[in-house]
Amino acid sequence: MNVANEAVAVHGPHGGHGTHGAGHGATHKQYVIGFLLALVMTAVPFALVMSHAVAGTPLVIAGFAVAQIVVHVVYFLHVNGSPEQRWNLTALLYTAVVVCIIIGGSLWIMHHLDVNMMPGMMHGRVH
Amino acid sequence: MSNGPVLVQGGSLALKPGYADHAADALRDLRQRGDAVDFAVEHHHDVASTIQLGFWIYLMSDCLLFAGLFATYAVVQGHTAGGPAGSQLFDLPSVLIETMFLLFSSFTCGLATLAMNANRARATVGWFAVTFLLGLGFISMEVREFAHMVAIGAGPARSSFLSGFFTLVATHGLHVTCGLIFMAVMMVAVLRKGLTEQNRARLNCLSLFWHFLDIIWVGVFSLVYLFGVMH
Repeated sequence: MNVANEAVAVHGPHGGHGTHGAGHGATHKQYVIGFLLALVMTAVPFALVMSHAVAGTPLVIAGFAVAQIVVHVVYFLHVNGSPEQRWNLTALLYTAVVVCIIIGGSLWIMHHLDVNMMPGMMHGRVH
Repeated sequence: MSNGPVLVQGGSLALKPGYADHAADALRDLRQRGDAVDFAVEHHHDVASTIQLGFWIYLMSDCLLFAGLFATYAVVQGHTAGGPAGSQLFDLPSVLIETMFLLFSSFTCGLATLAMNANRARATVGWFAVTFLLGLGFISMEVREFAHMVAIGAGPARSSFLSGFFTLVATHGLHVTCGLIFMAVMMVAVLRKGLTEQNRARLNCLSLFWHFLDIIWVGVFSLVYLFGVMH
């Protein structure tokens, strides 16, 4: 039973459950930091838009959105670079790439179609 | 704790009369083996992390679904067909309140996870109850917004902008509703059976799901509401 007891001892501190991924190793501090950061990253873009702030805001707001998503992933979903999470991280990065391709690609292609299909532009383009 | 998984297996088998003897035999066999406990701990540890990875893969595929809807919305958002545009429809203060409901609920969901890890079943249920109420607040505000829009003739059939808007935002709302049902079921399960290994695995999935929905909402309020009001 020595082996068994050792195994229990090793797993003991983790309570032997949910050993990887969400919730594991999460601390109160992490949630509070994440929550405060998310709060700021929500409040600033809302304030910028509601106060009709300066031009160039779309990029700023997109930047805040991306930053807030990263904060949520790190502090709430607890994704980090640890070896146990290799597949979680791989799937996440792959998804992020595909999401960028889907959204960016759609906008790019449809924008070009729009430009080329506009009646006014047709006259300009077709000689 | 060390014998937990083995006993649970034995227990569930013992419920069926015909299997009781087999279960008892199996249990005795396992106990006689020196590595029985080690095996049990390792086994359920693997199962728990496999369940989470599986759920994670589901979330990623859900993310792709939303990517498609976001892309569709981004393409059609300027096509109002003479109908109302986002800047005439969206009420930012109430969107901000909705956002706060969801953000606070994400935080309380985290506190529920911490309570679960500390083996405090009542606190776990309590924090999930708070999360549930915040989520309910979010959903009821969204339903009111939709009802108002439909009432003033800005329903999903009005323009491709509104079709895209309703499809994207309502799909998120539907996910939140499913999350609320999931949460209600899990609260009952924890109250009845306590923080069993099975319940823990499910609660971990639930909290992943809930945090994921908040992430999607970040995209929604930024791309749909904030951009919509600016244009």
